[in-house]
Amino acid sequence: MLKIENLHVTANARPVLKGLSLSIGAGEVHAIMGPNGSGKSTLSYVLAGRDGYEVTEGSVTFMGQNLLDMVPEDRAALGFFLAFQYPVEIPGVSSTTFLKTALNALRKKRGEKELEPVNFLKLQKEKMALLGMDAEMMKRGVNVGFSGGEKKRNEVLQMAMLEPKMCVMDETDSGLDIDALKVVSDGVNAMRGKDRSFLVITHYQRLLDHIKPDFVHVLANGKIQKSGGPELALILEEKGYAEFYGAGEAA
Amino acid sequence: MGVRSETIETVKSLDKYEAGFVTDIESDFAPKGLSEDIIRFISKKKNEPEWMLDARLKAYRHWLTMPEPQWAKVSFPPIDYQDAFYFAAPKSAAAPKSLDELDPKLLETYKKLGIPLREQEMLNGIAVDAVFDSVSVVTTFREKLHSAGVIFCSISEAVQKYPEMIQKYMGSVVPYTDNKHACLNAAVFTDGTFVYIPEGVRCPMELSTYFRINEAKTGQFERTLIVAEKKSYVSYLEGCTAPKRDENQMHAAVVELIAMDDAEIKYSTVQNWYPGDENGKGGIYNFVTKRGICKGARSKISWTQVETGSAITWKYPSCVLLGDDSVGEFYSVALTNNYQQADTGTKMIHVGKNTRSRIISKGISAGKSNNTYRGLVRIAAKAENARNYTQCDSLLIGDQCGAHTVPYIENRNPHATLEHEATTSKISDAQLFYCRQRGIPQEEALTLIVNGFCREVLQHLPMEFAVEAQKLVAISLEGSVG
Repeated sequence: MLKIENLHVTANARPVLKGLSLSIGAGEVHAIMGPNGSGKSTLSYVLAGRDGYEVTEGSVTFMGQNLLDMVPEDRAALGFFLAFQYPVEIPGVSSTTFLKTALNALRKKRGEKELEPVNFLKLQKEKMALLGMDAEMMKRGVNVGFSGGEKKRNEVLQMAMLEPKMCVMDETDSGLDIDALKVVSDGVNAMRGKDRSFLVITHYQRLLDHIKPDFVHVLANGKIQKSGGPELALILEEKGYAEFYGAGEAA
Repeated sequence: MGVRSETIETVKSLDKYEAGFVTDIESDFAPKGLSEDIIRFISKKKNEPEWMLDARLKAYRHWLTMPEPQWAKVSFPPIDYQDAFYFAAPKSAAAPKSLDELDPKLLETYKKLGIPLREQEMLNGIAVDAVFDSVSVVTTFREKLHSAGVIFCSISEAVQKYPEMIQKYMGSVVPYTDNKHACLNAAVFTDGTFVYIPEGVRCPMELSTYFRINEAKTGQFERTLIVAEKKSYVSYLEGCTAPKRDENQMHAAVVELIAMDDAEIKYSTVQNWYPGDENGKGGIYNFVTKRGICKGARSKISWTQVETGSAITWKYPSCVLLGDDSVGEFYSVALTNNYQQADTGTKMIHVGKNTRSRIISKGISAGKSNNTYRGLVRIAAKAENARNYTQCDSLLIGDQCGAHTVPYIENRNPHATLEHEATTSKISDAQLFYCRQRGIPQEEALTLIVNGFCREVLQHLPMEFAVEAQKLVAISLEGSVG
């Protein structure tokens, strides 16, 4: 589904990713763990198409297409979704309006008809119940006055509504208390299926207790240093990332 | 921003100003230029009584002595007042006018602008006075309004039919000595709307005037007068468009509102005069004096404006809060793009006790435009317990535009409460990227964010206008990112 080959990326003229390769098959859940500054968020932004990152080498193929050639909205239409680490606020635009605009924009791009407002609201209500969200929240401006936990739930709600094929979750666990973590994880697990893949970026093993990955990768110094099964996360939790720093690069 | 070139091309190829067409219709003109003879010509065309002509000439003579207002943050070459027509009217509109007699070309023009004039075609019963260049061509729903006791007619007709009211009220809120543009209007005004709501009447429908400039080199000088008697209510809307032309055209209007005890006037404007092209060529000079007086106790005047058009906007809809417990409101969205200049705001003059005013201004600047909020809140010595709340928010799109906020506060009463909040922000790349990641294309994302920014104001517009205004915001922003 997603194939990253030898990806080199610079940000502000500084190399951040230095030859990252990763292949994610349909229905798989991959976790990327790594220390601060290892390039985890850069990877998620480059995949989503944010400005300010220069790809100097390598390729990314998604659903058989060259992902790096597309504007962000086209990547979204193809089924790429990023759950942001820091979701932005959009004052005056209600969450419902935002979500409806997004969903209909995606449908339009895919040549589908707009969803009837009644059906949209029904769908939204259904998904919100799953995430234990309050209807009142959706009338407020997008992420305006939301707590850290509410913002992350809202990200997962959007993911559930837009039904992407590839979900990248950038530190979705940060800012969540233990109960919220469970609710959010349940929401994600409910979405797992043979046609949908996940890339879960996290610092901590505890998220992976709830969202069981098929593969775990260690990202350090701009590269995947080690890959393995879920057991790798437990080892990391115990031993830390020290062994993956190159000489002279220890933080 | 990393917009792909074809996106930019697509946006460029769109005809952004859909109202920019010209109606090919034969018109009667006054000779070019401005003089006492021209004023006599206009007055004669309108078959006016002697007192009206005298008032016009008095204003004209005063106008000759007045300096141009210089304090606004706008710049333009000196206006050659002799190089314009002060009267232009479709020949076919000379004889008054039932809809069946109206020139089909005019009906077609308004239909194209989305203003169907045939009553059976209209939505939700909004009565329209259609002003085309210098004359009102038709006023709809007159019988229905008449049976409620409401007078809704062109100002020319009112001069003939209700001379006492015109003599009593016209110029009572905005005297001809007020400023040079208002003074010119008093001398050469050609048409506009008169509204009278009798005591205790809630106007049964929304009233509106649609102003259209069609002929080249023609100034439009309309005059609107609304009188709301005790315990009455009226909601009035105005819309404006003009063809695309390379030269600048002048629009100097005067609007006067009078609210008696417990009366309420809600006045909404969606101003979409031709803004000029992307290089700043052409466009309307919109020099407008709008003022309402809350004469009676507990009266209320509320201005809502969405200003997206015009090369230059110079406009300060104001409220004089004379009656005790009266309320003035001003809700404004001013959007400038390319080389547009807007200097707009309000004046709230508190005279009566317990008077309250509220100012919400949202300025959006894009391209190389300049957008200024200029507002005065004055509390007179006797205005015990007066309150004002002002909020001015500016949004910048790109790095070559300007946003300016110039609030004046004059307080002579120790018991007044004044609050002022102001913010300036830039549309962030992070917001745009967030929207685009969710699949919303760049232009649509920008519109969504800007409409969110304006929501507090747009929600004060009547429903049909609010939708229209949102679309206008979208069109006006086209090409502003990239």
